[in-house]
Amino acid sequence: MTGLPAFLVRRFLQAVLVLLVLAAVLYAVFYIAPGDAARLACGPKCSTAQVAQIRGQMGLDDPVYLQFWHFLQGIVTGHTYSTGTGSLHCPAPCLGQSYRTGELVTHLIAEKLPATASLALGAMVLWLVIGVGTGLLSALRRGGITERLLTGFTLVGVATPVFITGILLLLVFCSWLQWLPYPSYVSLTDDPQQWAWNLLLPWLALALVEAAKYARLTRSSMLETLAEDHIRTFRAYGVGEGAVVRRHALRGALTPVIALSALDLGTMFGGALLTETLFGIPGLGQQLVQSVQLKDLPVVVGIVLVMGLAVVLANAVADVLYALADRRVVLA
Amino acid sequence: MTTPLVEVAGLRIEFPTDGGSVRAVDGLDFTLGAGRALGLVGESGSGKSATAYALLGLHRGTGARVSGTVRVAGTDVLAADDAELRRLRGGAAAMVFQDPLSALDPYYAIGDQIAEVYRVHHRVSKSAARARAVEVLDRVGIADAARRSRSRPHEFSGGMRQRALIAMALACEPRLLIADEPTTALDVTVQAQILDLLHELRAETGMALLLVTHDLGVVAGSVDDILVMRDGTAVERGPVASVLDAPAAAYTRALLTAVPRLDGPVPAAADTDVEAETETDVEADGEPENAAAALSGSAEDTPAVAAGARAPSFVKDQPSPARGAGRVPAADDGALLVAEGLRREFGRGRHAFTAVDDVSLTVRAGETLGVVGESGSGKTTLGRMLVRLLDPTAGRVHYRGRDIAALGEKALRPLRRELQMVFQDPVSSLNPRRSIGESIADPLRAEGRLTDAAVVARVKDLLDRVGLDPDWYHRYPHEFSGGQRQRVGIARALAPEPKLIVCDEPVSALDVTTQAQVVALLGELQRDLGLALVFIAHDLAVVRQVSDRVAVMRGGRIVESGTVDEVYDAPQDPYTKGLLAAVPVLDPAEAAGRRESRRALRDVMVTAH
Repeated sequence: MTGLPAFLVRRFLQAVLVLLVLAAVLYAVFYIAPGDAARLACGPKCSTAQVAQIRGQMGLDDPVYLQFWHFLQGIVTGHTYSTGTGSLHCPAPCLGQSYRTGELVTHLIAEKLPATASLALGAMVLWLVIGVGTGLLSALRRGGITERLLTGFTLVGVATPVFITGILLLLVFCSWLQWLPYPSYVSLTDDPQQWAWNLLLPWLALALVEAAKYARLTRSSMLETLAEDHIRTFRAYGVGEGAVVRRHALRGALTPVIALSALDLGTMFGGALLTETLFGIPGLGQQLVQSVQLKDLPVVVGIVLVMGLAVVLANAVADVLYALADRRVVLA
Repeated sequence: MTTPLVEVAGLRIEFPTDGGSVRAVDGLDFTLGAGRALGLVGESGSGKSATAYALLGLHRGTGARVSGTVRVAGTDVLAADDAELRRLRGGAAAMVFQDPLSALDPYYAIGDQIAEVYRVHHRVSKSAARARAVEVLDRVGIADAARRSRSRPHEFSGGMRQRALIAMALACEPRLLIADEPTTALDVTVQAQILDLLHELRAETGMALLLVTHDLGVVAGSVDDILVMRDGTAVERGPVASVLDAPAAAYTRALLTAVPRLDGPVPAAADTDVEAETETDVEADGEPENAAAALSGSAEDTPAVAAGARAPSFVKDQPSPARGAGRVPAADDGALLVAEGLRREFGRGRHAFTAVDDVSLTVRAGETLGVVGESGSGKTTLGRMLVRLLDPTAGRVHYRGRDIAALGEKALRPLRRELQMVFQDPVSSLNPRRSIGESIADPLRAEGRLTDAAVVARVKDLLDRVGLDPDWYHRYPHEFSGGQRQRVGIARALAPEPKLIVCDEPVSALDVTTQAQVVALLGELQRDLGLALVFIAHDLAVVRQVSDRVAVMRGGRIVESGTVDEVYDAPQDPYTKGLLAAVPVLDPAEAAGRRESRRALRDVMVTAH
């Protein structure tokens, strides 16, 4: 097993580098972009003197590279902020303090992450079931009416943006049929049943779009695998079609699906912004947009870093899965 | 004998395509008795593989239309239901495929795959099936079969994979073994081993063999009867010895003539029948060349038979691919390219691998140096270093007295045009999205010396020169046959007026008749233009045809070199001797003799261990 530990170390260093670059780029962009964070934080009624004082507290008087350096220091050693009257300690992986509310970014993320994670994971389970199922079915029933129907469905699914699907779902299930409540987020730990019930529509909205993509991928990948020589071999040796598909085609056909779903999951963790907004889910996506509008740099950096980390992690997991599924793949 | 094991009558196979259906097999009849061996021989597109697949009903569900009668071991294949067909497949009749890597599931251990197939036909436990798998793997000569049965296909060499596939076929003791080009993807020594194995198994188990191949040399020593196919019909059939010795059909004669031989020049075979026959054949393929001339071109003294009739400009006098005899290498002062101590490593540290190790050679102006070796011998790496497509790890390459081994890209650029390369795969070495004319024009444009009109004119000249129609400038690679694409590749290499061309397996992807034409073209061009050629190939017979001198490579080193006559007629190195002994021959009696001597050699080595 020289492969796996070396791979993990390399991936870890890669992740650190990616995240560093991300943070640096964000600092640079915010430095160049117009608008004054201190004035925004203080509000329209502040005097110039008050703004200057707040700017000092926020550390905005320092040159931008020094701000960035302090930010990096905070991640490793933690940081203590003075609030004018007292002080606020921000423990080790300190991502700073919101310019706007003074809340610690780590707290903010911890507060918003569960909603986003619930949405992402649930939707993924749903889209994998629907997407892979549809894809397999249409590959195996090639040339029939089933395939045409399914192809039509996936085409519509891919072509419809999530906010249209979402609005339609709300309209049908909440307004006309009144089978479901208008979703409002309930934490899993508070009430698991209500959690699922309220998330059902957002999951569906996200999953339908994604499922269409997965159905197409699964279908083409399955057809490609079924055309391979080794499939012909087992057919030529009298192995039944069911066993050929289960034992010899499925594994090869699903490998690209695994790789793609890991990537998609990573992206979802950055918050499915449209879905969150549409269904009023208090997740990272919503928070990110708000913070960008308010030039709340620490929060933006924090959320982007979480997204980045999720993508890098998901990628690494996908690579490991890939190598497990196909022993010829060498981890590098 | 009552009913034969295989009975095929009036077999027709049609494949639907966008432009109507293509008839791959058109009214074929044959029978194969129990325990007999039949060779189904033909070039690509002759319908031989489609026929083999039809015996197991493998066209079912593909959209192909199959009609006629196919009876195998008592099963009416075309009428049988799926369950009957599954019992036949692998049970009574088993198939061995061409490419043993892709024919096995990459995800499972080889033993498990064999066991799975065994359990389809026998109600036994998993462990019993697994034991049977080890037993057959051992039978086909996989050493340490119990351990190796747990390996996955990519951990096996090409020859071992083919053995494993044969083991799978053997597992259920079929009465018929269908082998579809079983040795085409293999090196010549491995090919001989596999053919010997099939021969032994047949003698031992009494199963019948249907051997599908394009290679007459492969059938000669392995079957009782042969059936020559062309365009979906039988051209000739009969006992292998009489067909090969005295072919009745002109097409069979043409095929035989085109087969490159080890034993020097081939007698002239330019009789009018062959000429007419091949002429139409080639026209049907869209091959605009005087095929008869090329096919018979192996004779030193053949007059330009039909050159006047449809004279492409280059058929001025007969090209002579076979001229091993009597040619004396040029004097040493004619050295164009001298390689000294060339070495190339790939990878670093523990994974370092030396592909070419201390190779020195000389290429003289206007001569052909053949480089033969099996896969992995480093011949391609060497060829690429000679034209500096690869940088040597160590060593020198003197081109016209100047060391170019470590020359920078900028200093090298003026020399690039003089050193060209023709690649093995004419499909992947041409850009599918550019017309062939543009592909040929690329090196000329890169030079930037000619105006656009001059470039186009020169390309048209080149197309004409390699026997293609100049008006095809704007056509795309997919519109051409394999042989034509290789001509395009040659035209591209010729474009910058090179002094040396390295041809890396230029004909190994081609049918035997096309192969002969391309080889003839290369010889022709060489003589007219005074080119030096380095001809890299695994096929010893082709190398003998084209080369003045030859170098035999093994494991990155040259084990033997000299004039073709020296190396082929009096090989010194045991490896060269082994290679030569493995080359299939066309005479069945001689093939049997060689098989015996190979066995004796193997027995000696076994006792020695």
